Amino acid sequence: MYNQITANKRRTIALIGIFVFIILALGFTFDVVGGRGAGAGGLLFAVIVSSAMALASYYGGDRVALWTSGAKAIEKRDAPQLYRIVENLAMTAGIATPKVYVIPDPTINAFATGRDPSHASIAVTTGAIERLENEELEGVVAHELSHIKNYDIRVMTVVIVLVGAIALLSDLLLRARWYGGSGKDDRGGQAAVVLLVVGIVLAIVAPLVAELIKLAVSRRREYLADASGALLTRFPDGLARALEKIAAANQPMLRANTATAHLFLANPFGRTRRSFARLFDTHPPVEERVKALRAMAL
Amino acid sequence: MSTLAWVLITAVVLVLVWAVATYNKFVTLRNRSAEAWSDVEVQMKRRYNLIPNLVETVKAYAKHEASTFEKVTAARNAAMGATSLADHAKAENMLSQTLKSLFAVSEAYPDLRANQNFLQLQDELRDAEDKIQASWRFYNSNVRDYNTKLQHFPPNIIGNMFRFHEKEFFELTEAEAATVREVPKVKFS
Repeated sequence: MYNQITANKRRTIALIGIFVFIILALGFTFDVVGGRGAGAGGLLFAVIVSSAMALASYYGGDRVALWTSGAKAIEKRDAPQLYRIVENLAMTAGIATPKVYVIPDPTINAFATGRDPSHASIAVTTGAIERLENEELEGVVAHELSHIKNYDIRVMTVVIVLVGAIALLSDLLLRARWYGGSGKDDRGGQAAVVLLVVGIVLAIVAPLVAELIKLAVSRRREYLADASGALLTRFPDGLARALEKIAAANQPMLRANTATAHLFLANPFGRTRRSFARLFDTHPPVEERVKALRAMAL
Repeated sequence: MSTLAWVLITAVVLVLVWAVATYNKFVTLRNRSAEAWSDVEVQMKRRYNLIPNLVETVKAYAKHEASTFEKVTAARNAAMGATSLADHAKAENMLSQTLKSLFAVSEAYPDLRANQNFLQLQDELRDAEDKIQASWRFYNSNVRDYNTKLQHFPPNIIGNMFRFHEKEFFELTEAEAATVREVPKVKFS
């Protein structure tokens, strides 16, 4: 458990480091290829963007995640049953009670986010509250609390903003290429070359980013959270049954989003059909998880 | 000769560093379980505080059940006076039994069962019991970590040298453990 926490903290720093490096490299390329005309503007811009994004991802990533999923903060009286489950399991886990959010969505799902156990939030869909039995909901909440306790949430939350920023930036540059290309004089031609090079750099960077996501959301994490969640409830069957219900329904969420998909308990897009696409799944197959849970003897 | 001396000095220093680290680890683990135990006490106290109100509410409707009220009050006092872990477990179990009979008595008074205050107290009491359970499970997991470290070799050498003692687990008695296990069965049958 403690090794897991240290590894997660290290991984967060590595992620931010790689991100800052990529952005700086982009800025630098922009300057070098652009020649005297561009000056050090690109690098300066990159420094500002990367540090702002790194800070935003660390301190504001949870808000982004909650906002994109449409989660609403609740008080104890709004959903006393859910709130108590969270309170009691947090007590068993020995962490502060996280803020509780509800996502208005008929599917069964949940996620946790934040930067550490004392700045953590847990969000559960209304579908989960309505369709799960008490023991199943406990299993789900315990799984999410394990993510909080392990600092999985820190890595996974930082990823949202950083990956989002790279995607946005590459999008911006690729669009700019088309506009830059329409210039008719010599300077316009040069700018087009600059943007072409940046575009090529991004083409190289893109798979790296994909690798980054995979690094961060390694599917082993889900199995680990399943196992430590089962240790909290002492009832692995609860989560197993909840997962089976999710698999049986196989419904995509209303506001499923690629940027936050890796946060969720189960794939918010529903089950992946093509076997090739499964390689890039953020979640291990539900059947495997259920099998692992059922094999636990507590 | 001097090489040998250096090797020996290094070895001694390393062993000392390890001993200090292990000692500190024991202190940390011991304090963690002590803190976890104080959480259990906080939750138990919360339950004790709810009981007088509950008894008063039931009394207003069921005047003729004096012996039940006395038993509950006596069990509560016994639980509050418990000192050792085994006493606590026993007294808590006793208290649960008497509360169960109090609720059984209340079944005979429909007016009482419709009373908002009573329902709320019943709900809060159930929550308090859940929280006691949650907190003692956290306590037990801390004790497990502490005891495991004390039993491991070689840390146990340091543990014995400085008289660190294994802590007791807080365990349910047979009867209460059975009711806890019954809960899911009842729901899904």
